[in-house]
Amino acid sequence: MNPLPRLFSRTRRYTDIDISIEEHIQERADELEAEGMQRKEAEQTARREFGNVALLQQRSREQWQWPALESLLTDLKLTLRRLRKSPGFAITVLLTLAIGIGANTAVFSVIDGVLVKPLPYPAPDQLVSLWLNAPGAPGLANFQNGLLLSPSMYFTFSEHNQAFQSLGVFAPDTANVTGLAQPEQVHTLLISDGVLQSFAIPPAVGRWLSHEDQDPHAAKRVILSYGYWQRRFGGDGSVVGRSIQLDAQTAEIVGVMPRGFRVVDRDFDLLVPLQFDRGTLKLAGFGYNGIGRLKPGISISQANASVFPLIETWMHSFSNGPGTNPFYYRLWKISPSFRSLKEQVIGNVSGVLWVVMATVGLVMLIACVNIANLLLVRAESRQHELSIRAALGAGRARIARELLMESILLGLIGGFFAIGVAYAGLRLLIEIGPANLPRLSEVRLDDRSLLFTFAISVISGLLFGSIPALKYAHSHAAAALSGANRTASASRTRQRSRNVLVIAQVAMALVLLVSALLMIRTFASMRSIDPGFSDPAHVATARIFVPELLIADPVQVTHIQNEITEKIAAVPGVASVGFSAAAPMEGFDPNWDEMGVEGKMYPGGDPPMRLFNYVSPGFFHTMGTSLLAGREYTWDDVYGLRNNIIVSENFARDNWGSASAAIGKRIRQFSNMPWQVVIGVAQDVHHNGVDEKAPEIIYWPAMIQSPYTRKPTIDGPRAATFVVRSKRAGSEALIADIQRSVWSVNGNLPVANPATMQDIYAKSMARTSFTLAMLAIAGTMALLLGIIGIYGVISYAVSQRTREIGIRLALGARKSELKWMFVRSALVLTATGVAIGVVAAAILTQSIKSLLFGISPLDPLTYVAVPLVLCGAAMLASYMPACRAAGVNPVQALRAD
Amino acid sequence: MARTSDNRDLFPGALEIMILQSLRRKPMHGYALVKHIKQVSDDLLQVEEGSLYPAVQRMLREGLLDSEEGVSAKGRPTRIYRLTDAGIRHLERELSSFGKMFDGITRVLAFSKP
Repeated sequence: MNPLPRLFSRTRRYTDIDISIEEHIQERADELEAEGMQRKEAEQTARREFGNVALLQQRSREQWQWPALESLLTDLKLTLRRLRKSPGFAITVLLTLAIGIGANTAVFSVIDGVLVKPLPYPAPDQLVSLWLNAPGAPGLANFQNGLLLSPSMYFTFSEHNQAFQSLGVFAPDTANVTGLAQPEQVHTLLISDGVLQSFAIPPAVGRWLSHEDQDPHAAKRVILSYGYWQRRFGGDGSVVGRSIQLDAQTAEIVGVMPRGFRVVDRDFDLLVPLQFDRGTLKLAGFGYNGIGRLKPGISISQANASVFPLIETWMHSFSNGPGTNPFYYRLWKISPSFRSLKEQVIGNVSGVLWVVMATVGLVMLIACVNIANLLLVRAESRQHELSIRAALGAGRARIARELLMESILLGLIGGFFAIGVAYAGLRLLIEIGPANLPRLSEVRLDDRSLLFTFAISVISGLLFGSIPALKYAHSHAAAALSGANRTASASRTRQRSRNVLVIAQVAMALVLLVSALLMIRTFASMRSIDPGFSDPAHVATARIFVPELLIADPVQVTHIQNEITEKIAAVPGVASVGFSAAAPMEGFDPNWDEMGVEGKMYPGGDPPMRLFNYVSPGFFHTMGTSLLAGREYTWDDVYGLRNNIIVSENFARDNWGSASAAIGKRIRQFSNMPWQVVIGVAQDVHHNGVDEKAPEIIYWPAMIQSPYTRKPTIDGPRAATFVVRSKRAGSEALIADIQRSVWSVNGNLPVANPATMQDIYAKSMARTSFTLAMLAIAGTMALLLGIIGIYGVISYAVSQRTREIGIRLALGARKSELKWMFVRSALVLTATGVAIGVVAAAILTQSIKSLLFGISPLDPLTYVAVPLVLCGAAMLASYMPACRAAGVNPVQALRAD
Repeated sequence: MARTSDNRDLFPGALEIMILQSLRRKPMHGYALVKHIKQVSDDLLQVEEGSLYPAVQRMLREGLLDSEEGVSAKGRPTRIYRLTDAGIRHLERELSSFGKMFDGITRVLAFSKP
């Protein structure tokens, strides 16, 4: 018979059985009565002859059941009923679990999406990021990642290499698009041939950029991103072949990349071909990111080895111009140091994510311990029942199954609610996570996350369920039934497992709190560092780019920028305005080159590399960067192309001992250049974030005689970050005012990336503040759970020992002594937990060393403060139940039960 | 609990084969069935009355029997069991295999007698 109809016809079958059996007994009784028995006696005899009626009924019914499954269902029903009867317990546990599992799922989803899943390109293992090592380049140690490629290297590598299927270079840029709507600044990626071939993602519409498109004489062609296509063209399929005005130049659209396509980890609006003129390329210009696709079976180290000899080829093939020594770069000891693209994308974020995962995992463990404690108490109150059942023949497995069933059921229900928590948590995490968290767009709650939720629900259920199950499955029936709960106090063993759990809890909470405090101290020490500018919340920033095709003459560009600063300065509420090629902590360096000091000899012959920035008059004043000696540039300095220079304080101290000694001293980049006189010394600025040493910086004026061309050429930053000091910084109205000021100078110039210096400053510390937030939340939760744990244990001990307390009081014990007795026992537990936790923290915090700044992972203050806080919390948590103990009325306590 | 044994007092299948054989003659209700087996076997076979019911339910489930509402000799409502076609086929098969088994046992017993 089919199982389903069987299920439905079951009630009828059961009735049939009952009717048949009843009729059988009645008929037999009738016979016996006919033989002369009394009716009552006859019925009894008939039943006796029949056998165990209830048992046989049950056996008969079982023919229509699946006994294993149904007994499980019965258990389940019983468990649910029991949970309904204690809603307080159920809600506490479910809430704890939902939050715990939800947090774990959310973080797992992020880790899975960011670190574990392969990059969204075909055969992503073949993709490598092309970086070079140049240990011999003086000052280049400031480049954290190594050396990027120059265009001439790209040509050399792509023409001669044996290891790659394809390779190319790219660089992020911005461009102004006009003619569609309002002039708009878009994010472009300049790409060479080989970049799209390496990623191997076909376009959604049209074609890739081809080898021919990078011919400097070819017509300009571009590819749209999916987002830009949707935004500006409404996803129009006939867009291929149309033209847009890109930096005042006509560019034909040849294709659209599919949704979600990113170059490494960069979103873009347009892909624009790099059109290098191979004949005029120099050796230098190390500013391009390289990407390559390895041939199948080639490892990264093989690729390194295969490209290494090409460095020589490169120096033979190109030069930095007549009269320069192309083999100068031998001193730099350049060697390929390729790395897998995934490593490049993930960067230093993996440490943070694993710390967060470990953190929420630890909180989950603490929560499980708390729940295990609650379950122990529950099981204890059922001990009588369990003992009776054991005495009646219930197997240990049967009882253990029931106890485990309850905890796994709790785990699963908690897991169900956790999905909602995880969804919310994930959105929160993405919201507050470091803005530069890579691959964030790929993070979602998917089937893998759900599988994880399920697994962790069952595992945690087993974890906190197994402790009471192991303990009570083999109840000592005799002990429990003989009235153990009439004895004065709980036995030592009954309390022991709960004590162990509390100790574990305190130890884990200590680890989390120590980590959280270390991060707080890190954050504080970062905040205490003077970034080199002041009151950043009142400095508005915006980037403005003047394209070459709009304004060809560089002097004119400077005039326009000058005019813009004046217009903005006239806006009500604006105190001062300036601009620079890059504002501090914006994440890019305008230039790196060597800088020699007059009369100074350098070991190895060449002066070290320095960071260069262009600044306008008024920039330092606007930023609140103080000038320690001398003065800022004036517009006369700028237009006069006077050989004046401003340097950073550390550069001045390094070379002349003090800031004031630097004024009037002379420096220059190359020996064929005129000397430049130091007219000002600016306070050190942490250009790459406060956790990085402030670099030595050379500040060019906004317009210079280019040191890199043979015939005199004027050079200045076409893209500049404008800084505006105003009480209105951060308001939409100010941004609109700035935009209007810019348009009053030139209607084709968009204002991009409006922000405040405070935003940029906060962003540079996002990694720390994110880790701090996560650890602080986790630490607080751990502390709360720990307090609840201690409170629970002490308060349970009090309730178990009421009779003993009564006796003590009757015998004259003082209340304060009684209170102290319970507080002391809590303190002993806490102290043990603290001792274990301190050792664990000392070991575990080594792993967050790289996230710490200005503080040791063994910071003494932290290791004193956290144990004190924990002991204080333990006293507090035990004091309340201890007071209850002291308030026991001895007469009632001894009379009760 | 998972127990499928029908508490057969005889060798496995004996109760089943007796029920089937009895019902082949004519459909009966439970009490009649027990009484019939007792009488025919001249009380030689001690069948615990109740043990019949789980066995009957199993055979109902397996489709060897069919049940219908009916009344007992005394007019009480009960269920009448009858053999299905599948039951008849099953009985035939069982009988022939029993036959062979009995033959075998008989021969062995006859042989070992001195």
